Amino acid sequence: MNTTTVLRLEGITKRFGSLVANDAISLDLQAGEVLALLGENGAGKSTLMSILFGHYVADEGSIEVFGAPLPPGNPKAALAAGVGMVHQHFTLADNLSVLDNVMMGTEPLWLPVSRRAAARTRLLDVAQRFGLPVQPDVQIGSLSVGERQRVEILKALYRGARILILDEPTAVLTPQESEALFATLAQMVAQGLSVIFISHKLGEVLRVSHRVAVLRGGKLVAEARTADTTQAQLALWMVGHAVEAPQRRPARSVGDAVCVLDHVSTVSDKDGGQDHSAGLREVSLTLRAGEITAIAGVSGNGQVALAELLSGTRRAISGTAQFMGRALPPSPARLVQRGVARIPEDRHAVGVVGDLPVWENAVSERLRSPVFSHWSWLVKRTATRLHARRIEKAFDVRGAGLMAPARSLSGGNMQKLILGRALLAPEQPEAAKGDDNRKHPNRAPRLIVAHQPTWGLDIGAVAYVQQQLIAARDAGAAVLLISDDLDEVLALGDRVAVMHGGRLGEARPATAWTREAIGLAMAGATAPRSKGAAT
Amino acid sequence: MMRLERRHETSRAALVLAPIGAVVFTMAVSALLVLWAGAPVGRTYALLLQGGFGSVFAWSETLTRAIPLILTGLAATVAFKARLFNIGAEGQLYAGALAAVAVGGMHGGTGFELSPWLLFPLMMLAAAIAGALMLLGPALMKNRLGVDEVVTTLLINFIVLLGVSALLDGPMKDPSAMGWPQSVSLQSDLELGKLVAQTRVHTGLLWAVSLAVTVWAVFKYTVLGFDIRAVGANARAAAFAGVPVTRTVVMVALLSGALAGLAGAIEVAGRTSYVTLDMSPGYGYTGIVIAMLAGLHPLGVIAAGVFVAGVLVGADTMSRAVGVPTYIADVIVAASLIAVLVATLLTQYRVRFK
Repeated sequence: MNTTTVLRLEGITKRFGSLVANDAISLDLQAGEVLALLGENGAGKSTLMSILFGHYVADEGSIEVFGAPLPPGNPKAALAAGVGMVHQHFTLADNLSVLDNVMMGTEPLWLPVSRRAAARTRLLDVAQRFGLPVQPDVQIGSLSVGERQRVEILKALYRGARILILDEPTAVLTPQESEALFATLAQMVAQGLSVIFISHKLGEVLRVSHRVAVLRGGKLVAEARTADTTQAQLALWMVGHAVEAPQRRPARSVGDAVCVLDHVSTVSDKDGGQDHSAGLREVSLTLRAGEITAIAGVSGNGQVALAELLSGTRRAISGTAQFMGRALPPSPARLVQRGVARIPEDRHAVGVVGDLPVWENAVSERLRSPVFSHWSWLVKRTATRLHARRIEKAFDVRGAGLMAPARSLSGGNMQKLILGRALLAPEQPEAAKGDDNRKHPNRAPRLIVAHQPTWGLDIGAVAYVQQQLIAARDAGAAVLLISDDLDEVLALGDRVAVMHGGRLGEARPATAWTREAIGLAMAGATAPRSKGAAT
Repeated sequence: MMRLERRHETSRAALVLAPIGAVVFTMAVSALLVLWAGAPVGRTYALLLQGGFGSVFAWSETLTRAIPLILTGLAATVAFKARLFNIGAEGQLYAGALAAVAVGGMHGGTGFELSPWLLFPLMMLAAAIAGALMLLGPALMKNRLGVDEVVTTLLINFIVLLGVSALLDGPMKDPSAMGWPQSVSLQSDLELGKLVAQTRVHTGLLWAVSLAVTVWAVFKYTVLGFDIRAVGANARAAAFAGVPVTRTVVMVALLSGALAGLAGAIEVAGRTSYVTLDMSPGYGYTGIVIAMLAGLHPLGVIAAGVFVAGVLVGADTMSRAVGVPTYIADVIVAASLIAVLVATLLTQYRVRFK
């Protein structure tokens, strides 16, 4: 391997108030190597890369690219120096073509004509050189996620990037697409490019990188040649203590059907075609008590619609949805009343109202119940605070207290708050016992709808959330787990079904699946492949 | 280059220094204009302060002026808290004033032959309903059709003013007003009593303060208050938690419009006793400033309303004495608003120069 140093970070320190996000981090990157930057959420990976790319200015330290110092806080300078970044969330315009997206921002505004022909030649040239086939005139909106990522990479290469930063690139890919990406990376480094590969997945780090740098709590805790290390060693560095793999425990006793979807659609076939993945199409699914049904799939294939349908925030336009033998009410409040616990995908935007205090968020779903308010009007201060405190204790929510805004909680603690709100039944006042329990949601939930419940959490919090779901299952709840993380699906699911293009495959016992079979189903192997693909 | 970075935590010092800095900034900016007008800065400010707060009479005038400002400030507070941007308090105020006169002053002053004990609440109710209805349409259009309520409520102000003008020259015209476009007067037994003899301060102040306390209590202690705050802070999360978002927005529209309508009725019953086209020198718009100055806190609205009223009243006195135009009051109010908004921003973000 070539040993030219292309990038040198020297003593980078960045503080946010009392928090030290990066603590004197020094790193080298050689030409023609893939350096994996490993660390949990909040370890400082994103901050470090944002400093490199000029979004943040470091408090201390310096950056050299190809031997020349990089001016801080200037993304344009970073681009000009040959640093390209592929963000986890793509920055592409859906309604423009591949070529338009690649050219965007590369031409001066005052140029009277756009040099499209030259740009096309250059794009095709770059595409061919790095083995990234592309159709320049296809609209981004009609591409699959893997293809969009390819366009993002091409965009960086087109601008002359010699150092490519990939932020969690496999998070949105099927296993097969990930393999294709790894092959692309190999081809790029073979041509002398350098790659920084940000990830928290140990397996793919071992698979793809030459060297690994591990961040923890803002510090660089380890740096090693990938060949000299092991998965266990990396996990130890990343977390700081030994990690137990989540143990798979089969369901003890599977009970009756709790929730039955029968040919449910949230979109009609007429408006299909373009927006093929957003809604549900003829989805049938039975969720049974005491069982975890896990839905695998590449994100954007209808999982959001399924989760929202069962959370009461989206309506079906055809088919029937039943819960406990009656129609599934299309309202969050009534679902909660009838015993549905919901854990939304986006805890910041949907799970909590960040500006309101923790205690109000802890009781927000049941504020109208007689346990927490008089006549659904006057909030019972004591009862609500007590319940919030119970959630805080039982689910170990750590933060600045019940009065602090929910926004101030870390991701893990916010998720524990949401879990507690959904799972912990309020203590019922004596007088109300024996009443119609539809009005008094004082029991454990019958159905848990968890959409990406561990996304972005650190390993400790992931284990905690998974344990809670298993415990709820063992207590007799039906659990629907929707996750992009194949490992999680296989670790927790008693039955697994795969979603693609808004359609849901048959739910089979987890033991009946192989990784490869799931990967193929995630790519829609049985369904017709999407048209307009650039491959 | 300058950039804003979110503060990890807001320090106590920043929270104390922000309002002080805002006041200093406002005084400094306005001082430049005073100097430009060729007046001595110190004396100008002293006169302004004296004119607004320096005597019993000054206080009485300031409080009189504060009554409609507190009410329109509350109207804006309730609406803005739920992110319903009601810019139409001015029109709602006039609608309330007209409704008050329609109930309490028409029919040849007979008042439907009702006792004032019945007629007075009817009059207030009519004003509240009239104001509420003004905002119901924009709120529904926002909810059902996605029409921006800033545009609709603002434009409705002009429609209402033209309507008022037509009514004052038509069916509601006072025949004894020598041709002036002014409405008939309220029955005298419906007028609000004076709070202090020999001044213009009327019992509307008690209405304004108790409504502010009521709004504060609703925000703090009721499910509706939680709904309003949740919808305003994050409507998606609120809907997920089961808050009836549409119903909440409609409730907010009715409450906000009603408060502005009451402002009109209380102005008529407490001060003018009839409606004219210049009855409100933009109370509806100034209410927005007051709500923002108060940080959308209902009790803060009382303080902000008195402050703004004092500056406006004091400016009159000051203007007569040193010849600086009264517009300086508008500048002070506007500058203080900007200063408070920037100061609030700076408690959450820090500025970095590089």
